[in-house]
Amino acid sequence: MFKKILSSLLLASLVSIAYADEALPLASDPALEQRLISISEEMRCLVCQNESLSGSRSELAQDLRREIRDLIRQGKTDAEIRTFMVDRYGDFILYRPPVKPTTWLLWIGPFVLMIAGIMALLMYLRRRNSQVNSVALSDDENKRIDALLREDK
Amino acid sequence: MKAKFIIPLLLFVVLVGFLAVGLNRDPREVPSPLINKPAPAFKVPQLADPNKSFSPEDLKGQVWILNVWASWCVACREEHPMLVELGKSQVAPLIGLDYKDKRADAMEMLARQGNPYNLSAMDNDGRVGINYGVYGVPETYVIDKAGIIRFKQIGPITKDVLDKSIYPLITQLNKA
Repeated sequence: MFKKILSSLLLASLVSIAYADEALPLASDPALEQRLISISEEMRCLVCQNESLSGSRSELAQDLRREIRDLIRQGKTDAEIRTFMVDRYGDFILYRPPVKPTTWLLWIGPFVLMIAGIMALLMYLRRRNSQVNSVALSDDENKRIDALLREDK
Repeated sequence: MKAKFIIPLLLFVVLVGFLAVGLNRDPREVPSPLINKPAPAFKVPQLADPNKSFSPEDLKGQVWILNVWASWCVACREEHPMLVELGKSQVAPLIGLDYKDKRADAMEMLARQGNPYNLSAMDNDGRVGINYGVYGVPETYVIDKAGIIRFKQIGPITKDVLDKSIYPLITQLNKA
C-alpha cells in the first residue's frame, strides 16, 4: 500500500516537471508570445484541423510557432508572416478566407440567398394579398358589429 | 402549380449533390500553393555522409523526385515498396528528405528495408519541410528540369498514383 502511494506521488511529480518545461517560452518575452498567439490563433493546424496553430501540441504546430517566433524577431509584420504561411500551406491555413475571385461565392453567397429569400417572401405576400377580396359590408352588418362591440364593454 | 413541387425537389437534389461531393473528398488533402512554383532552395547534409551536402541546385536540368520520409513514420513503411519500384525504374533521380529524424534510426531503417533513394538529405529541424509546405509525411514532389514543382502527392504513393500520375508526368517532363 505504502509503496503504491509512494510510486503515485513520484509519478505526479514527474507530470508536474513535464508541464513546467512546457511553459518556459512564455516567460522569456511576453510581448513576443502575445503577438505569436494573436497570429497563430487565426491559423489552422494542418495536422489536427480542428485546432488552431496556437493551441495545438502537434510537432508541426510547434515547429511553425518556432518559425513565427523567428519571423517576429526578424521584425516582420503580421501581414508578412501571414504571407509566409499562405505561400507554403495555402489559404487553407487561414481561418478567415481572403476575399478574391475564387472565394466570392463563399463571401457573397449567403447574402444572395438572403436577398432571394426576401424577394420570394415579398412576392408571395403580394400575391396572397391580391387574392383576398375585400368585401364591402352592408349597413345592417355594420350595425350588428357595433352592437356586438358595445355588448363586449 | 407543378413548379411549386419541382423547385424544392431540384434544390434538394442540388444540396444532396454538394453533400455527396463533399463527403467523398479527403479533408486532409490540402491543395499545395507550391504547384508550378520554383522548388525552394536549401542546402542540407546528406544522410549517408553528413560531410557532403545536397541542394536542389545539384539537379538543375533534370527531372527529379523528392520524397519526404522518416523512420518514425508508419505510412512511409507502407509506401516503401512503391519507392523501391520507382527507384528501380530509373525514370528520374529519387531523392529522399529525411524529415526530423535521428540519423541512426534512419540508417537502420534503410539497411533493414532497402534503400530506394539515389541519396537522402537530412532535414533535422524541419525547416526545409516547412518551406515545402510539408504537413504530413510522407509527401512526394516531382520537380522539372527548370526546378519547378509540377506535382505533389500527400500521403503514401500507391500503385495507382505511380501509374496514372507520376510515370506519365515524368515521361512528359523528360520530353520537354
